[in-house]
Amino acid sequence: MFQLDEIQKRLIAEVAGLHKVPIGAYNFRANSQLAARQSTANIEITSKEDGTGIDIHIKPNTKNESVHIPVVLSASGLTETVYNDFFIGENCDVVIVAGCGIDNCGSANSEHDGVHRFFVGKNSKVKYVEKHYGSGTGTGKRILNPVTEVTLNENSFMEMEMVQIKGVDSTNRVTTANVDASAKLIVRERLMTHGDQKAFSTYKINLNGENSGADVVSRGVARDKSFQKLDLGISGNAACNGHTECDSIIMDEGKILAVPSLEANNVDAMLVHEAAIGKIAGEQIIKLMTLGLTEAEAEEQIINGFLK
Amino acid sequence: MLELKNISFGVTEENKQIEILRGINLTIENKKFVVITGPNGGGKSTLARIIAGIEKPSGGQILFDGVDITEKNITERAKLGISFAFQQPVKFKGLEVFDLLKIAAGGKLKFNEACNYLSAVGLCARDYINREVNSSLSGGELKRIEIATILARKTKLSIFDEPEAGIDLWSFKHLIKIFEDMRQNISDSSIIIISHQERILSIADEIIVLADGQIKNHGDAKTILPQIVNSENVIKECGKIKE
Ligand SMILES: Nc1ncnc2c1ncn2[C@@H]1O[C@H](COP(=O)(O)OP(=O)(O)OP(=O)(O)O)[C@@H](O)[C@H]1O
Ligand SMILES: [Mg+2]
Repeated sequence: MFQLDEIQKRLIAEVAGLHKVPIGAYNFRANSQLAARQSTANIEITSKEDGTGIDIHIKPNTKNESVHIPVVLSASGLTETVYNDFFIGENCDVVIVAGCGIDNCGSANSEHDGVHRFFVGKNSKVKYVEKHYGSGTGTGKRILNPVTEVTLNENSFMEMEMVQIKGVDSTNRVTTANVDASAKLIVRERLMTHGDQKAFSTYKINLNGENSGADVVSRGVARDKSFQKLDLGISGNAACNGHTECDSIIMDEGKILAVPSLEANNVDAMLVHEAAIGKIAGEQIIKLMTLGLTEAEAEEQIINGFLK
Repeated sequence: MLELKNISFGVTEENKQIEILRGINLTIENKKFVVITGPNGGGKSTLARIIAGIEKPSGGQILFDGVDITEKNITERAKLGISFAFQQPVKFKGLEVFDLLKIAAGGKLKFNEACNYLSAVGLCARDYINREVNSSLSGGELKRIEIATILARKTKLSIFDEPEAGIDLWSFKHLIKIFEDMRQNISDSSIIIISHQERILSIADEIIVLADGQIKNHGDAKTILPQIVNSENVIKECGKIKE
Protein backbone atom coordinates (compact mmCIF):
# COMPACT_ATOMS: atom_id res chain seq x y z
CA MET A 1 0.00 0.00 0.00
CA PHE A 2 1.87 3.08 -1.32
CA GLN A 3 5.19 3.73 0.35
CA LEU A 4 4.04 2.91 3.87
CA ASP A 5 6.30 0.82 6.07
CA GLU A 6 5.10 -2.15 8.11
CA ILE A 7 4.43 -0.14 11.27
CA GLN A 8 2.41 2.39 9.34
CA LYS A 9 0.42 -0.34 7.62
CA ARG A 10 -0.35 -1.91 10.98
CA LEU A 11 -1.51 1.44 12.38
CA ILE A 12 -3.77 1.99 9.38
CA ALA A 13 -5.28 -1.44 9.85
CA GLU A 14 -5.97 -0.59 13.52
CA VAL A 15 -7.54 2.81 13.00
CA ALA A 16 -9.27 2.46 9.67
CA GLY A 17 -9.71 -1.29 9.36
CA LEU A 18 -7.88 -1.06 6.05
CA HIS A 19 -5.63 -3.77 4.70
CA LYS A 20 -5.57 -2.49 1.16
CA VAL A 21 -6.32 0.68 -0.72
CA PRO A 22 -9.95 1.57 -0.09
CA ILE A 23 -12.58 2.15 -2.73
CA GLY A 24 -13.71 5.74 -3.02
CA ALA A 25 -11.97 8.90 -1.95
CA TYR A 26 -9.05 8.85 0.44
CA ASN A 27 -6.22 10.85 1.88
CA PHE A 28 -3.46 9.10 3.79
CA ARG A 29 -1.13 11.12 5.91
CA ALA A 30 2.03 9.55 7.32
CA ASN A 31 4.59 11.32 9.50
CA SER A 32 3.22 14.73 8.59
CA GLN A 33 3.48 14.07 4.84
CA LEU A 34 0.84 13.25 2.29
CA ALA A 35 1.25 9.56 1.46
CA ALA A 36 -1.60 9.12 -1.00
CA ARG A 37 -4.73 10.83 -2.16
CA GLN A 38 -7.60 10.04 -4.43
CA SER A 39 -10.58 12.17 -5.28
CA THR A 40 -13.64 10.81 -7.05
CA ALA A 41 -16.21 12.34 -9.37
CA ASN A 42 -18.31 13.42 -6.40
CA ILE A 43 -15.75 13.83 -3.65
CA GLU A 44 -12.90 16.22 -4.07
CA ILE A 45 -9.98 16.40 -1.66
CA THR A 46 -7.67 19.40 -1.88
CA SER A 47 -4.85 20.75 0.26
CA LYS A 48 -5.48 24.02 1.99
CA GLU A 49 -3.48 26.84 0.41
CA ASP A 50 -1.65 27.61 3.62
CA GLY A 51 -0.71 23.94 3.99
CA THR A 52 -2.44 23.43 7.30
CA GLY A 53 -4.74 20.62 6.20
CA ILE A 54 -7.28 19.50 3.67
CA ASP A 55 -10.72 20.42 2.37
CA ILE A 56 -13.13 17.69 1.41
CA HIS A 57 -15.99 18.75 -0.82
CA ILE A 58 -18.80 16.30 -1.32
CA LYS A 59 -21.23 17.17 -4.12
CA PRO A 60 -24.96 17.32 -3.43
CA ASN A 61 -26.83 14.03 -3.97
CA THR A 62 -23.73 11.87 -3.46
CA LYS A 63 -25.01 8.54 -2.20
CA ASN A 64 -23.30 5.43 -0.82
CA GLU A 65 -19.78 6.75 -1.14
CA SER A 66 -17.02 6.84 1.40
CA VAL A 67 -13.98 8.90 2.36
CA HIS A 68 -11.05 7.52 4.32
CA ILE A 69 -8.61 9.95 5.89
CA PRO A 70 -6.32 8.01 8.22
CA VAL A 71 -3.29 9.60 9.84
CA VAL A 72 -0.29 7.72 11.16
CA LEU A 73 2.73 8.88 13.10
CA SER A 74 5.56 6.41 13.43
CA ALA A 75 8.51 8.71 14.05
CA SER A 76 9.13 9.87 17.59
CA GLY A 77 8.93 13.56 18.43
CA LEU A 78 6.45 14.72 15.80
CA THR A 79 3.94 17.36 16.76
CA GLU A 80 1.33 18.54 14.32
CA THR A 81 -1.96 20.34 14.12
CA VAL A 82 -4.09 19.58 11.10
CA TYR A 83 -7.32 21.18 9.93
CA ASN A 84 -9.70 19.05 7.93
CA ASP A 85 -12.89 20.63 6.68
CA PHE A 86 -15.75 18.60 5.27
CA PHE A 87 -18.31 20.35 3.11
CA ILE A 88 -21.14 17.93 2.54
CA GLY A 89 -23.78 19.00 0.05
CA GLU A 90 -27.51 18.48 0.31
CA ASN A 91 -29.20 15.06 0.04
CA CYS A 92 -26.02 13.04 0.52
CA ASP A 93 -25.55 9.69 2.20
CA VAL A 94 -21.87 9.10 2.93
CA VAL A 95 -19.47 7.35 5.28
CA ILE A 96 -16.38 9.11 6.55
CA VAL A 97 -13.65 7.12 8.26
CA ALA A 98 -10.97 9.05 10.09
CA GLY A 99 -8.57 7.80 12.68
CA CYS A 100 -5.11 8.34 13.99
CA GLY A 101 -2.52 5.84 15.01
CA ILE A 102 0.70 6.76 16.76
CA ASP A 103 3.62 4.44 17.22
CA ASN A 104 6.25 5.98 19.42
CA CYS A 105 9.39 4.00 20.12
CA GLY A 106 11.47 7.00 21.03
CA SER A 107 11.78 9.27 24.01
CA ALA A 108 10.23 12.42 22.57
CA ASN A 109 6.50 13.04 22.65
CA SER A 110 4.42 12.53 19.53
CA GLU A 111 1.30 14.57 19.18
CA HIS A 112 -1.44 14.87 16.61
CA ASP A 113 -4.07 17.52 17.06
CA GLY A 114 -6.74 17.12 14.44
CA VAL A 115 -9.39 19.74 13.97
CA HIS A 116 -12.30 18.35 12.01
CA ARG A 117 -15.11 20.56 10.88
CA PHE A 118 -18.25 19.20 9.29
CA PHE A 119 -20.78 21.25 7.42
CA VAL A 120 -23.62 18.89 6.67
CA GLY A 121 -26.12 20.05 4.04
CA LYS A 122 -29.89 19.77 4.27
CA ASN A 123 -31.36 16.25 4.26
CA SER A 124 -27.93 14.63 4.23
CA LYS A 125 -26.90 11.59 6.18
CA VAL A 126 -23.34 11.09 7.42
CA LYS A 127 -21.79 8.26 9.30
CA TYR A 128 -18.46 9.21 10.84
CA VAL A 129 -16.10 6.67 12.36
CA GLU A 130 -12.98 7.74 14.23
CA LYS A 131 -10.55 5.41 15.93
CA HIS A 132 -7.53 6.41 17.93
CA TYR A 133 -4.79 4.02 18.76
CA GLY A 134 -1.29 4.13 20.17
CA SER A 135 1.55 1.64 20.34
CA GLY A 136 5.31 1.55 20.82
CA THR A 137 7.59 0.94 23.74
CA GLY A 138 9.38 4.28 23.97
CA THR A 139 9.09 6.65 26.91
CA GLY A 140 7.81 9.43 24.67
CA LYS A 141 4.15 10.14 25.18
CA ARG A 142 1.47 9.54 22.55
CA ILE A 143 -0.87 12.49 22.57
CA LEU A 144 -4.05 13.07 20.60
CA ASN A 145 -6.20 16.14 20.98
CA PRO A 146 -9.05 15.99 18.52
CA VAL A 147 -11.40 18.89 18.06
CA THR A 148 -14.61 18.16 16.20
CA GLU A 149 -17.06 20.83 15.14
CA VAL A 150 -20.31 19.83 13.57
CA THR A 151 -22.89 21.97 11.83
CA LEU A 152 -26.02 20.07 10.98
CA ASN A 153 -28.36 21.87 8.62
CA GLU A 154 -32.08 21.29 8.42
CA ASN A 155 -33.21 17.68 8.49
CA SER A 156 -29.71 16.28 8.28
CA PHE A 157 -28.45 13.35 10.31
CA MET A 158 -25.03 12.46 11.61
CA GLU A 159 -23.92 9.43 13.53
CA MET A 160 -20.46 9.56 15.08
CA GLU A 161 -18.64 6.57 16.42
CA MET A 162 -15.52 7.54 18.31
CA VAL A 163 -13.31 4.91 19.79
CA GLN A 164 -10.08 5.11 21.74
CA ILE A 165 -9.26 1.93 23.53
CA LYS A 166 -5.56 1.49 23.53
CA GLY A 167 -2.24 3.17 23.90
CA VAL A 168 -3.02 6.88 23.92
CA ASP A 169 -1.29 8.52 26.90
CA SER A 170 -3.11 11.76 26.91
CA THR A 171 -6.15 12.97 25.10
CA ASN A 172 -8.31 16.01 25.25
CA ARG A 173 -11.31 15.65 22.99
CA VAL A 174 -13.62 18.53 22.36
CA THR A 175 -16.75 18.06 20.31
CA THR A 176 -19.16 20.86 19.58
CA ALA A 177 -22.28 20.77 17.47
CA ASN A 178 -24.93 23.14 16.26
CA VAL A 179 -28.07 21.32 15.28
CA ASP A 180 -30.70 22.93 13.09
CA ALA A 181 -34.40 22.16 12.71
CA SER A 182 -35.33 18.46 12.44
CA ALA A 183 -31.66 17.47 12.35
CA LYS A 184 -30.25 14.83 14.63
CA LEU A 185 -26.85 13.98 16.03
CA ILE A 186 -25.99 10.60 17.47
CA VAL A 187 -22.69 10.02 19.25
CA ARG A 188 -21.33 6.72 20.50
CA GLU A 189 -18.04 7.17 22.30
CA ARG A 190 -15.88 4.39 23.72
CA LEU A 191 -12.90 5.19 25.89
CA MET A 192 -10.52 2.89 27.65
CA THR A 193 -7.55 4.17 29.59
CA HIS A 194 -4.81 2.35 31.43
CA GLY A 195 -1.51 2.99 33.17
CA ASP A 196 -1.21 6.70 33.93
CA GLN A 197 -3.27 7.75 30.93
CA LYS A 198 -5.53 10.72 31.07
CA ALA A 199 -8.55 11.32 28.89
CA PHE A 200 -10.78 14.35 28.83
CA SER A 201 -13.84 14.42 26.66
CA THR A 202 -16.05 17.45 26.40
CA TYR A 203 -19.26 17.83 24.45
CA LYS A 204 -21.08 21.05 23.86
CA ILE A 205 -24.15 20.49 21.77
CA ASN A 206 -26.56 23.23 20.87
CA LEU A 207 -29.99 22.13 19.78
CA ASN A 208 -31.05 25.26 17.96
CA GLY A 209 -33.81 24.23 15.62
CA GLU A 210 -37.36 23.15 16.13
CA ASN A 211 -37.55 19.37 16.54
CA SER A 212 -33.77 18.93 16.62
CA GLY A 213 -32.25 16.10 18.61
CA ALA A 214 -29.06 14.67 20.07
CA ASP A 215 -28.24 11.37 21.71
CA VAL A 216 -24.76 11.11 23.19
CA VAL A 217 -23.69 7.89 24.88
CA SER A 218 -20.20 7.64 26.30
CA ARG A 219 -18.95 4.36 27.68
CA GLY A 220 -15.65 4.34 29.48
CA VAL A 221 -13.35 1.98 31.30
CA ALA A 222 -10.57 3.38 33.49
CA ARG A 223 -8.00 0.83 34.62
CA ASP A 224 -4.79 1.01 36.67
CA LYS A 225 -4.18 4.61 37.71
CA SER A 226 -5.79 6.25 34.73
CA PHE A 227 -8.21 9.13 34.82
CA GLN A 228 -11.16 10.15 32.69
CA LYS A 229 -13.23 13.25 32.78
CA LEU A 230 -16.43 13.38 30.81
CA ASP A 231 -18.15 16.64 30.32
CA LEU A 232 -21.40 16.08 28.51
CA GLY A 233 -23.28 19.27 27.82
CA ILE A 234 -26.42 19.96 25.84
CA SER A 235 -28.26 23.23 25.44
CA GLY A 236 -31.84 23.10 24.28
CA ASN A 237 -32.68 26.35 22.55
CA ALA A 238 -35.88 25.23 20.83
CA ALA A 239 -38.44 22.46 21.03
CA CYS A 240 -35.98 19.59 20.96
CA ASN A 241 -34.95 16.26 22.43
CA GLY A 242 -31.56 15.78 24.03
CA HIS A 243 -30.18 12.77 25.82
CA THR A 244 -26.71 12.19 27.24
CA GLU A 245 -25.51 9.11 29.00
CA CYS A 246 -22.25 8.36 30.71
CA ASP A 247 -21.76 4.75 31.61
CA SER A 248 -18.42 3.89 33.13
CA ILE A 249 -16.51 1.08 34.73
CA ILE A 250 -13.62 1.74 37.09
CA MET A 251 -10.99 -0.86 37.89
CA ASP A 252 -7.85 -0.95 40.04
CA GLU A 253 -7.15 2.65 41.05
CA GLY A 254 -8.86 4.22 38.06
CA LYS A 255 -10.81 7.42 38.51
CA ILE A 256 -13.68 8.86 36.52
CA LEU A 257 -15.34 12.20 36.85
CA ALA A 258 -18.61 12.74 35.00
CA VAL A 259 -19.88 16.28 34.75
CA PRO A 260 -23.24 16.37 33.05
CA SER A 261 -24.74 19.67 32.13
CA LEU A 262 -28.12 20.34 30.69
CA GLU A 263 -29.30 23.79 29.81
CA ALA A 264 -32.90 24.30 28.79
CA ASN A 265 -33.56 27.68 27.24
CA ASN A 266 -36.93 26.82 25.78
CA VAL A 267 -39.99 25.54 27.57
CA ASP A 268 -40.37 22.74 25.01
CA ALA A 269 -36.81 21.48 25.34
CA MET A 270 -36.71 17.92 26.68
CA LEU A 271 -33.29 17.08 28.09
CA VAL A 272 -32.25 13.96 29.95
CA HIS A 273 -28.97 12.90 31.44
CA GLU A 274 -28.01 9.53 32.88
CA ALA A 275 -24.75 8.63 34.54
CA ALA A 276 -23.52 5.49 36.21
CA ILE A 277 -19.99 4.78 37.40
CA GLY A 278 -18.94 1.69 39.26
CA LYS A 279 -16.80 -1.38 39.25
CA ILE A 280 -17.77 -4.52 37.34
CA ALA A 281 -20.71 -6.13 39.07
CA GLY A 282 -19.42 -9.07 41.12
CA GLU A 283 -22.27 -11.29 39.98
CA GLN A 284 -21.25 -10.82 36.33
CA ILE A 285 -17.78 -12.15 37.09
CA ILE A 286 -19.23 -15.01 39.13
CA LYS A 287 -21.63 -15.97 36.34
CA LEU A 288 -18.85 -16.20 33.76
CA MET A 289 -16.68 -18.16 36.19
CA THR A 290 -19.46 -20.72 36.53
CA LEU A 291 -19.21 -21.05 32.75
CA GLY A 292 -15.54 -21.96 33.12
CA LEU A 293 -13.68 -18.66 32.76
CA THR A 294 -11.04 -17.50 35.22
CA GLU A 295 -11.66 -14.24 37.02
CA ALA A 296 -9.28 -12.37 34.67
CA GLU A 297 -10.88 -13.90 31.57
CA ALA A 298 -14.31 -13.03 32.88
CA GLU A 299 -13.29 -9.39 33.38
CA GLU A 300 -11.86 -9.25 29.89
CA GLN A 301 -15.07 -10.58 28.33
CA ILE A 302 -17.20 -8.14 30.30
CA ILE A 303 -15.05 -5.16 29.30
CA ASN A 304 -14.89 -6.23 25.66
CA GLY A 305 -18.63 -6.56 25.52
CA PHE A 306 -19.11 -3.25 27.28
CA LEU A 307 -16.89 -1.40 24.83
CA LYS A 308 -18.14 -3.17 21.73
CA MET B 1 -21.41 -38.52 41.78
CA LEU B 2 -21.71 -35.64 44.20
CA GLU B 3 -21.33 -36.10 47.94
CA LEU B 4 -21.96 -33.46 50.57
CA LYS B 5 -20.63 -34.33 54.01
CA ASN B 6 -21.90 -32.46 57.02
CA ILE B 7 -22.13 -29.14 55.15
CA SER B 8 -22.97 -26.11 57.22
CA PHE B 9 -23.19 -22.46 56.29
CA GLY B 10 -23.66 -19.47 58.55
CA VAL B 11 -23.53 -15.72 58.27
CA THR B 12 -23.06 -13.05 60.87
CA GLU B 13 -25.55 -10.24 60.77
CA GLU B 14 -25.55 -7.44 63.31
CA ASN B 15 -23.33 -9.52 65.59
CA LYS B 16 -25.81 -12.39 65.44
CA GLN B 17 -24.78 -15.72 63.98
CA ILE B 18 -27.43 -17.07 61.60
CA GLU B 19 -27.22 -20.73 60.56
CA ILE B 20 -28.56 -21.05 57.04
CA LEU B 21 -27.53 -24.67 56.41
CA ARG B 22 -27.01 -27.20 59.17
CA GLY B 23 -25.32 -30.57 58.81
CA ILE B 24 -26.32 -31.39 55.24
CA ASN B 25 -25.43 -34.96 54.23
CA LEU B 26 -26.36 -35.83 50.72
CA THR B 27 -25.33 -38.08 47.86
CA ILE B 28 -26.43 -37.49 44.29
CA GLU B 29 -25.76 -40.62 42.25
CA ASN B 30 -24.91 -40.57 38.57
CA LYS B 31 -27.79 -40.74 36.11
CA LYS B 32 -30.19 -39.38 38.69
CA PHE B 33 -32.72 -36.62 38.27
CA VAL B 34 -33.11 -35.05 41.69
CA VAL B 35 -35.49 -32.28 42.67
CA ILE B 36 -34.90 -30.18 45.77
CA THR B 37 -37.98 -28.52 47.14
CA GLY B 38 -39.06 -26.83 50.34
CA PRO B 39 -40.31 -23.52 51.68
CA ASN B 40 -39.00 -20.14 50.62
CA GLY B 41 -35.91 -19.25 52.55
CA GLY B 42 -35.24 -22.91 53.38
CA GLY B 43 -31.70 -22.76 51.99
CA LYS B 44 -32.07 -24.34 48.54
CA SER B 45 -30.32 -21.63 46.54
CA THR B 46 -27.63 -21.36 49.20
CA LEU B 47 -26.94 -25.08 48.87
CA ALA B 48 -26.68 -24.77 45.07
CA ARG B 49 -24.28 -21.83 45.43
CA ILE B 50 -22.13 -23.89 47.78
CA ILE B 51 -21.99 -26.76 45.29
CA ALA B 52 -20.99 -24.35 42.49
CA GLY B 53 -18.31 -22.79 44.71
CA ILE B 54 -19.89 -19.33 44.90
CA GLU B 55 -20.21 -19.59 48.68
CA LYS B 56 -17.69 -21.30 50.95
CA PRO B 57 -19.28 -23.60 53.51
CA SER B 58 -18.37 -22.87 57.13
CA GLY B 59 -17.94 -26.59 57.70
CA GLY B 60 -18.05 -29.92 55.92
CA GLN B 61 -16.71 -31.46 52.76
CA ILE B 62 -17.77 -31.73 49.13
CA LEU B 63 -16.69 -34.59 46.88
CA PHE B 64 -17.26 -34.72 43.13
CA ASP B 65 -16.57 -38.09 41.53
CA GLY B 66 -14.56 -38.96 44.61
CA VAL B 67 -12.37 -35.84 44.44
CA ASP B 68 -12.46 -33.39 47.34
CA ILE B 69 -13.49 -30.08 45.77
CA THR B 70 -14.21 -28.19 49.01
CA GLU B 71 -11.24 -25.86 48.44
CA LYS B 72 -11.68 -25.53 44.69
CA ASN B 73 -12.88 -22.23 43.27
CA ILE B 74 -15.82 -21.60 40.92
CA THR B 75 -13.77 -21.89 37.72
CA GLU B 76 -12.13 -25.14 38.78
CA ARG B 77 -15.47 -26.69 39.63
CA ALA B 78 -16.96 -25.49 36.35
CA LYS B 79 -14.08 -27.12 34.51
CA LEU B 80 -14.54 -30.35 36.43
CA GLY B 81 -18.10 -30.50 35.12
CA ILE B 82 -20.47 -28.58 37.36
CA SER B 83 -22.99 -26.17 35.81
CA PHE B 84 -25.35 -23.88 37.60
CA ALA B 85 -28.31 -21.97 36.19
CA PHE B 86 -29.07 -19.06 38.51
CA GLN B 87 -32.46 -18.37 40.01
CA GLN B 88 -31.97 -14.77 38.95
CA PRO B 89 -30.03 -14.62 35.66
CA VAL B 90 -27.28 -12.01 35.48
CA LYS B 91 -27.49 -9.19 32.93
CA PHE B 92 -24.56 -7.87 30.95
CA LYS B 93 -24.21 -4.68 28.95
CA GLY B 94 -22.81 -5.38 25.53
CA LEU B 95 -22.39 -9.14 25.80
CA GLU B 96 -24.67 -10.82 23.29
CA VAL B 97 -26.53 -14.11 23.58
CA PHE B 98 -24.13 -15.69 21.09
CA ASP B 99 -21.12 -14.50 23.14
CA LEU B 100 -22.54 -16.06 26.27
CA LEU B 101 -23.31 -19.37 24.54
CA LYS B 102 -19.81 -19.39 23.06
CA ILE B 103 -18.24 -18.90 26.48
CA ALA B 104 -20.47 -21.64 27.89
CA ALA B 105 -19.45 -24.02 25.11
CA GLY B 106 -15.79 -23.46 26.01
CA GLY B 107 -14.83 -20.85 23.41
CA LYS B 108 -15.83 -22.31 20.08
CA LEU B 109 -19.39 -22.67 18.92
CA LYS B 110 -20.85 -22.81 15.43
CA PHE B 111 -23.67 -20.47 14.64
CA ASN B 112 -26.11 -23.27 13.90
CA GLU B 113 -25.21 -25.09 17.12
CA ALA B 114 -25.98 -21.93 19.06
CA CYS B 115 -29.27 -21.73 17.21
CA ASN B 116 -30.11 -25.28 18.23
CA TYR B 117 -29.66 -24.46 21.90
CA LEU B 118 -31.92 -21.45 21.58
CA SER B 119 -34.58 -23.40 19.71
CA ALA B 120 -34.44 -26.04 22.43
CA VAL B 121 -35.51 -23.45 24.98
CA GLY B 122 -38.21 -22.18 22.66
CA LEU B 123 -36.53 -19.00 21.46
CA CYS B 124 -36.46 -18.16 17.79
CA ALA B 125 -32.72 -18.12 17.24
CA ARG B 126 -32.77 -15.48 14.53
CA ASP B 127 -34.43 -12.97 16.84
CA TYR B 128 -32.27 -13.61 19.86
CA ILE B 129 -28.77 -14.67 18.92
CA ASN B 130 -27.47 -11.11 18.58
CA ARG B 131 -29.51 -9.56 21.35
CA GLU B 132 -27.59 -8.09 24.25
CA VAL B 133 -28.11 -9.97 27.49
CA ASN B 134 -29.36 -6.82 29.20
CA SER B 135 -32.53 -5.47 30.74
CA SER B 136 -34.20 -5.21 27.35
CA LEU B 137 -34.91 -8.94 27.63
CA SER B 138 -37.95 -10.07 29.59
CA GLY B 139 -37.64 -12.16 32.73
CA GLY B 140 -38.79 -15.32 30.96
CA GLU B 141 -36.43 -14.71 28.03
CA LEU B 142 -33.47 -14.30 30.37
CA LYS B 143 -34.44 -17.50 32.16
CA ARG B 144 -34.54 -19.42 28.88
CA ILE B 145 -31.17 -18.04 27.80
CA GLU B 146 -29.77 -19.08 31.16
CA ILE B 147 -31.00 -22.62 30.52
CA ALA B 148 -29.57 -22.57 26.97
CA THR B 149 -26.09 -21.74 28.34
CA ILE B 150 -26.26 -24.82 30.57
CA LEU B 151 -27.25 -26.93 27.56
CA ALA B 152 -24.22 -25.56 25.72
CA ARG B 153 -21.94 -26.60 28.56
CA LYS B 154 -22.90 -30.29 28.44
CA THR B 155 -21.48 -31.07 31.87
CA LYS B 156 -21.86 -34.09 34.10
CA LEU B 157 -23.72 -32.24 36.83
CA SER B 158 -26.24 -29.53 36.04
CA ILE B 159 -28.04 -27.57 38.71
CA PHE B 160 -31.07 -25.47 37.80
CA ASP B 161 -32.48 -23.07 40.36
CA GLU B 162 -36.22 -22.74 39.73
CA PRO B 163 -35.89 -23.02 35.94
CA GLU B 164 -39.65 -22.92 35.46
CA ALA B 165 -40.07 -19.56 37.20
CA GLY B 166 -41.33 -17.03 34.70
CA ILE B 167 -41.66 -19.58 31.91
CA ASP B 168 -45.12 -19.67 30.41
CA LEU B 169 -47.28 -22.77 30.66
CA TRP B 170 -47.08 -23.47 26.96
CA SER B 171 -43.31 -23.97 27.21
CA PHE B 172 -43.44 -26.08 30.29
CA LYS B 173 -43.65 -29.36 28.33
CA HIS B 174 -40.60 -28.38 26.32
CA LEU B 175 -38.70 -27.57 29.44
CA ILE B 176 -39.32 -31.02 30.83
CA LYS B 177 -38.24 -32.53 27.54
CA ILE B 178 -34.98 -30.58 27.75
CA PHE B 179 -34.14 -32.19 31.07
CA GLU B 180 -35.00 -35.63 29.80
CA ASP B 181 -32.86 -35.16 26.68
CA MET B 182 -29.95 -33.92 28.76
CA ARG B 183 -30.06 -36.98 30.91
CA GLN B 184 -30.07 -39.25 27.86
CA ASN B 185 -27.38 -37.46 25.92
CA ILE B 186 -24.70 -36.89 28.55
CA SER B 187 -23.49 -40.21 29.88
CA ASP B 188 -23.48 -40.68 33.64
CA SER B 189 -24.83 -37.18 34.06
CA SER B 190 -27.08 -36.08 36.86
CA ILE B 191 -29.43 -33.14 37.15
CA ILE B 192 -30.46 -31.26 40.25
CA ILE B 193 -33.47 -29.02 39.93
CA ILE B 194 -34.70 -26.71 42.60
CA SER B 195 -38.41 -26.36 42.11
CA HIS B 196 -41.78 -25.80 43.69
CA GLN B 197 -43.72 -27.24 40.77
CA GLU B 198 -45.56 -30.49 41.24
CA ARG B 199 -45.16 -31.29 37.55
CA ILE B 200 -41.38 -31.17 37.89
CA LEU B 201 -41.46 -33.08 41.15
CA SER B 202 -43.49 -35.78 39.44
CA ILE B 203 -40.81 -36.56 36.85
CA ALA B 204 -37.96 -36.76 39.38
CA ASP B 205 -36.20 -39.93 40.43
CA GLU B 206 -35.59 -38.54 43.88
CA ILE B 207 -36.97 -35.69 45.91
CA ILE B 208 -35.21 -33.82 48.69
CA VAL B 209 -37.16 -31.62 51.04
CA LEU B 210 -35.03 -28.84 52.49
CA ALA B 211 -36.43 -26.64 55.23
CA ASP B 212 -34.79 -24.55 57.94
CA GLY B 213 -31.41 -25.40 56.49
CA GLN B 214 -31.86 -29.12 57.03
CA ILE B 215 -32.84 -32.09 54.92
CA LYS B 216 -36.27 -33.05 56.19
CA ASN B 217 -36.86 -35.83 53.74
CA HIS B 218 -35.00 -37.56 50.92
CA GLY B 219 -36.05 -40.58 48.89
CA ASP B 220 -37.75 -41.96 45.84
CA ALA B 221 -40.11 -39.51 44.20
CA LYS B 222 -42.82 -42.14 44.26
CA THR B 223 -42.64 -42.31 48.04
CA ILE B 224 -42.02 -38.66 48.84
CA LEU B 225 -44.37 -36.90 46.45
CA PRO B 226 -47.59 -38.28 47.95
CA GLN B 227 -46.30 -37.39 51.40
CA ILE B 228 -45.65 -33.80 50.38
CA VAL B 229 -48.91 -33.40 48.57
CA ASN B 230 -51.04 -35.07 51.24
CA SER B 231 -49.49 -34.26 54.57
CA GLU B 232 -50.98 -31.17 56.19
CA ASN B 233 -47.75 -30.71 58.00
CA VAL B 234 -45.51 -30.52 54.99
CA ILE B 235 -48.01 -28.54 53.03
CA LYS B 236 -47.76 -25.87 55.62
CA GLU B 237 -44.03 -25.99 55.27
CA CYS B 238 -44.05 -25.99 51.47
CA GLY B 239 -46.93 -23.64 50.97
CA LYS B 240 -46.13 -23.06 47.34
CA ILE B 241 -46.30 -26.70 46.31
CA LYS B 242 -50.03 -27.06 46.69
CA GLU B 243 -50.87 -24.12 44.47
N1 LIG C 1 -25.39 -13.87 52.52
C1 LIG C 1 -26.49 -13.95 53.28
N2 LIG C 1 -26.67 -13.13 54.32
C2 LIG C 1 -27.77 -13.20 55.09
N3 LIG C 1 -28.76 -14.06 54.88
C3 LIG C 1 -28.65 -14.90 53.85
C4 LIG C 1 -27.52 -14.89 52.99
N4 LIG C 1 -27.69 -15.83 52.05
C5 LIG C 1 -28.88 -16.41 52.32
N5 LIG C 1 -29.45 -15.84 53.40
C6 LIG C 1 -30.74 -16.25 54.02
O1 LIG C 1 -30.72 -17.64 54.05
C7 LIG C 1 -32.02 -18.15 53.84
C8 LIG C 1 -32.01 -19.15 52.72
O2 LIG C 1 -31.90 -18.47 51.49
P1 LIG C 1 -32.01 -19.21 50.09
O3 LIG C 1 -31.93 -18.20 49.04
O4 LIG C 1 -31.03 -20.31 50.07
O5 LIG C 1 -33.50 -19.81 50.17
P2 LIG C 1 -34.30 -20.65 49.11
O6 LIG C 1 -34.61 -21.94 49.75
O7 LIG C 1 -33.58 -20.70 47.83
O8 LIG C 1 -35.64 -19.80 48.97
P3 LIG C 1 -36.59 -19.50 47.69
O9 LIG C 1 -37.51 -20.68 47.59
O10 LIG C 1 -37.35 -18.30 48.12
O11 LIG C 1 -35.75 -19.29 46.52
C9 LIG C 1 -32.90 -16.95 53.61
O12 LIG C 1 -33.56 -16.65 54.81
C10 LIG C 1 -31.94 -15.87 53.22
O13 LIG C 1 -32.43 -14.62 53.57
MG1 LIG D 1 -33.89 -19.85 45.96
